Amino acid sequence: MAASRDDFIIAIRSAFLKKGNKQRFSLIGLIFFSIGLLILSKINLPITNYLNIALNEIVYRSSFIISIPEKKIQNFSNTINNHYSVYNDYLIVKENLKILQSKKYETQFLEEENKRLKKTINEYIYNSEELVAKVLIDKNSPFLKSIIVNKGSKDNIKLGMAVLDGTYLVGKIVEVNYSTSRALLVSDLNSKIPVGIEPGNIQSILSGTGKQNGKIEYLETDIIIQDKSIIYTSGSGGLFKPGIPIGIYLKETEENYEIVNFFSKLSQLTFVKLVSFEEENN
Amino acid sequence: MSSKFINTIGNTFLLYLPLLLLFISVFNEFDFNYLNYKYFSFNFPFILIFYWSLKRIETLGYGFIFIAGMFNDAVLGFPIGISSLTYLIICGFAAYLRNITLRPSLTKDWLYFLFTISVANSINYFLLILFFSIDVNYYEILGNIIFTFLFYYIFANIFDIYRKILLRIKV
Repeated sequence: MAASRDDFIIAIRSAFLKKGNKQRFSLIGLIFFSIGLLILSKINLPITNYLNIALNEIVYRSSFIISIPEKKIQNFSNTINNHYSVYNDYLIVKENLKILQSKKYETQFLEEENKRLKKTINEYIYNSEELVAKVLIDKNSPFLKSIIVNKGSKDNIKLGMAVLDGTYLVGKIVEVNYSTSRALLVSDLNSKIPVGIEPGNIQSILSGTGKQNGKIEYLETDIIIQDKSIIYTSGSGGLFKPGIPIGIYLKETEENYEIVNFFSKLSQLTFVKLVSFEEENN
Repeated sequence: MSSKFINTIGNTFLLYLPLLLLFISVFNEFDFNYLNYKYFSFNFPFILIFYWSLKRIETLGYGFIFIAGMFNDAVLGFPIGISSLTYLIICGFAAYLRNITLRPSLTKDWLYFLFTISVANSINYFLLILFFSIDVNYYEILGNIIFTFLFYYIFANIFDIYRKILLRIKV
């Protein structure tokens, strides 16, 4: 019994403490160093932030270059899929175009009327600054849904800025480096966005699921959301302006009950708009 | 002269191929996630690190593995140090198995690999959830562990062939 315990200790000691012929560091030393780095990350010291920024700058650029072959394969696979579905898409688009054309003039009138009424009741009008950024890395990792864009603090990017694909919200900036930034996508498990649901003006929180869709959280039990309701930002918290469309609420799908399908295809982002909103008093 | 030079470059390339693959895989997240199959993903660096630590290839040193972990954290947006710790734990488990094994067998290595990645992933996500309040999808993790485990057998066979080539040309 004692002998087998001794063998165990010798094997452990040899595995963790002994350096190999060409090894410069012992395993246990590097493990302690990693733990030290983790503690420093948790404490959030300014020096570790600078180290992080420097590391991110190097890694994001390198990763962008190394990911090029995989992106080419991915684009090729998407192109083939798009070719297969082109006729069906055409029929859907044709149908949607008819509906949109009829709604366009109505919307223009409502927008103007809305502006006029907001001025009358002294509501805020939002001023926005836009910047177009290229998506450098689109990791689509199973654990973290985020993208890296080629704009950073030198372009006046700030934490919390909205990330839009066309007019649709796709995420927000969570990390700013000198020339790059990371945006957490709305589909990530850690993404929580205050939203309004129309029709009904229901206020709630949209959370990511870690997949390609989202779910509505923190809703009172007696409130029922209609199928195919539209999810907009509510503007609560002041980070985003109200009314940015995000997705459509679906009561039942093939896979799940009650999901939010995002308007934008988050796995195919190439250029995004980074927008900051400021409230302008009338 | 020139053929000798090409041979030397070729041999060096072959010798450092696992290291090159490790860095490409952490920069590129080589896991076919874009195929978008539900719960399908696998962790290629885990397979690579475990196999080569087990077979004691000195080119894949602990220092490089540590740096690869830091790069992986930067790419994924995790706190710096967490992937390095996970990778080094895998190295530790592999080194322990190497020390206690007299007659290596792929099946035993394979099962031990499952135990190793389960422990390493548990530590990884325990730290992420408890200390850094980052939510993770447990089904995705489970899928990742299972596929990484299944793919180990295939990659171990490929690496065995590659190791035989290395031994034959005596790099």
